[in-house]
Amino acid sequence: MKTEITFRLNGIERSLFVEPNDVLIDVLRTRLGIKSPKIGCDQGDCGTCTVFFNGKTVRSCLVLAIEADGGEIVTLEGLSENGPTPLQRAFADRNAFQCGFCAPGIILSATELLQKNPEPDRHEIQEAIAGNLCRCTGYTPVIDVIAEVAAKKTAGKNRKSR
Amino acid sequence: MENLKVVGQSVPRIDGLEKVMGSAQYVDDIEFGPGLLYACVVESPFAHAEILSVNTAKAAQVKGVVKVVTGRDFPDKFGLYMKDRHVFATDRVRFVGEQVAAVIAWDQKTALRAARLVEVKYKELPAVLDPVKAIDQQCCLLHPGLGDYTCVPWFFPKKKTNVAHCRKTRKGNLEKGFAEADVILEDTYRVPRYAHCAIEPHAIAGLYDNAGRLTLWSASQSPFTQRNVFAEALSSLGLTHKDVRVITPYVGGGFGGKAGVSMEIMCAAVATAVKGHPVKLMWNRAQEFYNTYQRQGVVAKIKMGVRKDGTITALEHLLFWDAGAYVEYGANVVNAAGLSASGPYKIDNLKIDSHCIYTNLPPGGPYRGFGYSEFGFGLESHIDRVARKLKMDPLEFRRKNAISAGDILPYGAPMNDNGLRECMDKAAKAIRWGHEEKPSAPNKAIGKSIVLLWKAPAMPPNASSSAFLKFNEDGSLNLLVSGMEIGQGLLTVMAQIASEVLSVPVAKIRVETPDTDRNPYEWQTVGSHVTWSCGNAVKRAALDARRQIFELVQRVHSIDASELYLENECVKCHTKPDMAIALRSFVIDGMQAKDHTFKGGPIMGRGVFLPEFASAIGDPETGQGGKPNVHYTTGAGGVIVEVDKETGKVKILKAVLAVDAGKAINPDLCRGQITGGLLQGLATVLYEDMRFSDKGKLLNPSFSDYKIPTALDEPAEVVPILVEVAQPDGPYGARGVGEHTMIPAASMVANAVFNATGARIKSMPVTAEKIALAINQPEVFAKLFY
Repeated sequence: MKTEITFRLNGIERSLFVEPNDVLIDVLRTRLGIKSPKIGCDQGDCGTCTVFFNGKTVRSCLVLAIEADGGEIVTLEGLSENGPTPLQRAFADRNAFQCGFCAPGIILSATELLQKNPEPDRHEIQEAIAGNLCRCTGYTPVIDVIAEVAAKKTAGKNRKSR
Repeated sequence: MENLKVVGQSVPRIDGLEKVMGSAQYVDDIEFGPGLLYACVVESPFAHAEILSVNTAKAAQVKGVVKVVTGRDFPDKFGLYMKDRHVFATDRVRFVGEQVAAVIAWDQKTALRAARLVEVKYKELPAVLDPVKAIDQQCCLLHPGLGDYTCVPWFFPKKKTNVAHCRKTRKGNLEKGFAEADVILEDTYRVPRYAHCAIEPHAIAGLYDNAGRLTLWSASQSPFTQRNVFAEALSSLGLTHKDVRVITPYVGGGFGGKAGVSMEIMCAAVATAVKGHPVKLMWNRAQEFYNTYQRQGVVAKIKMGVRKDGTITALEHLLFWDAGAYVEYGANVVNAAGLSASGPYKIDNLKIDSHCIYTNLPPGGPYRGFGYSEFGFGLESHIDRVARKLKMDPLEFRRKNAISAGDILPYGAPMNDNGLRECMDKAAKAIRWGHEEKPSAPNKAIGKSIVLLWKAPAMPPNASSSAFLKFNEDGSLNLLVSGMEIGQGLLTVMAQIASEVLSVPVAKIRVETPDTDRNPYEWQTVGSHVTWSCGNAVKRAALDARRQIFELVQRVHSIDASELYLENECVKCHTKPDMAIALRSFVIDGMQAKDHTFKGGPIMGRGVFLPEFASAIGDPETGQGGKPNVHYTTGAGGVIVEVDKETGKVKILKAVLAVDAGKAINPDLCRGQITGGLLQGLATVLYEDMRFSDKGKLLNPSFSDYKIPTALDEPAEVVPILVEVAQPDGPYGARGVGEHTMIPAASMVANAVFNATGARIKSMPVTAEKIALAINQPEVFAKLFY
């Protein structure tokens, strides 16, 4: 039985009919043209389907589409509407990613971390992205960039407050 | 050395922004419209069985199902090096998960539901899961047709056995070598199977249009090889190569798993059954584990003789590969190991037998390291043990026996220029070799190791590369290659090479992933050979364009071409300092002559590279006489570990890899390969391991049960070191480093664990459980693991 759901997707209200067993990642990718979240395992292990749901990152392969009714979803497409964020810019400049398939998920997880904790230590960064598997980079370049962007932001703030 | 401006610089990747913005398109991101169909595969529950019947009637009746196909629909065999596979199993299944039929439906859920209704009757046959048994147990043959299969001329299948190929290499006099030895050590090492675990599962879509053209959108490292295999396998439909087109957008990780043709053949075939409709086939994560190539397991029997002074006098290295149900690609892994299982050592008396053995496990195939990671575990463990038996420092022992340029390789050709010794020295320095470290707690112990590595690209002797390069009105460039961007940064490196020759900035060079209709030929992106091979083609294309430019200037301005050079996107002249003709002023519209007419026209460069010195044909009994490998890349890796002696837990305090890149065209990207490849290698020795039931079923086909590293598993410190001893026939001296980063990892951990604790683990992975048992309950350890 199809149910109509309405939610904000990257700042725009969208409505559509879904089956009760439709999964959010599939609805985003095949019905709404949102392609940055990827399917890597379909069971919550790899984190490539990460999206923001009501301000928190979730694995969209583990969320039913009907759960999104009335909620707010932000994907990488919405995060970078006005061009790359400092984090994205730094990842690109520093060649942090290789194949790029895990990048959308990692960028969202890292963005959430820096929102909640602007001065994370290395272990906190590792923990924040531990749910996002990457097979290419060995993680070190990715962690380095997150640490650098955090340090830059903090340094900027400290200067202002002085 | 030339004064290089772009080559050698760590420029940002040209695909970097697309990837971090989520704009990079992978196969499953492409829209195919409402006409798209989905295919779902029916799989064998048995490791080995005869197919008695396949009944598709019930499945075909399900609403939404368009077609059901079986093995009978596609009778031709296919394979890259040996044609031993069918698109769908016809009379026999040979591994759990093998495809028997496919259901094509309007949506994925329906296809999946209907696939369960296909009724297959099997007669179970004895399954052969152990390669050493498979070689003896000749009663149960997996491929009675072996010997009749078409294969490359450098394979030697043994009829009426399970040995699909044996690469024999013989050098010197083995008996004499062992007679000269003061110490002989003999032992057996075991390496299980591993999975690539690219985060993007295999995905492919195909459209056989009503005009008879077959187009595939494939997550592949090998667009042209796929086109070749598809066209051959489907030639009964009247398809020729020009009718088949393979488009490869970005690939979400390859590591060899997306080389050649594995599941993609099913989509190509299925598409021809539903003419006019695109059809998509995507593997789920479990299928990704059990029905694509796996890294083959191996049992290695090593016997080494040495003199008291540390000279290796003889090596016998017998490799028994668990090659799986089909060896169409995997047999070449076995072959590559059989040519090089001496490691980077000068050994005068040598015997290598590398057996490719059919088993009822999933097909083995290429995985980063291509056999060298596997034999390296045993060989480098053994070398450490031999050195310790001689009471010699393992690094000194390696130094004494390390191969040098000009030394004779196992198959008789001379070794290429290399920086192996420099790698050794730098790696040793980085891990403070010889310096004792203090453990962080009394129950912990620190261990160190240094191991050597080498690897040659494994490829047919005539694997070739080509490049087109065309200017645009503003002097920017489109560079067309079919080397594949699989994360390593190929597009960027190719742009840097073209930029260096033509003085056009990298930011003004567009390089895209291939389309076989439009891009020129490349054999495959494997074997760490494209920087070298495709790079040579790109350099030649750029030089071709430059020659055209100089000839045009000579014709119009009567200046000898030898006086011209390119700088800052202008043609300049050594004898006329004021001259600067902007490329953009003539590269499309031609150059205006004094009489106001125009000369020239669009500048388009063309470059081709084929290693004309290579030959795969040597004596079948000795391997002598050919030149199967174009060159070796060498390196040395080292590690400092801390082992908890109670729990056996290993912590990597420092991991170092020095590798001789010849010339690091983009050092940042080379270092990225080292950092990533090292962790992938460390994972095979510390965490990963494919477990099969006694019926041949894979027990851990998910990331929950097959643990790949997370960010928390990052080694405490990784030190990538680039050494540059030029490869004379490489572009600017470059040779590949991608695979080499994974090769030393396993043995360096095993040796460091021994150094720390005295526990010698001879089977991978080197888990905490094994270490703790080996230290604290050696009898239990011996019982369980040997």
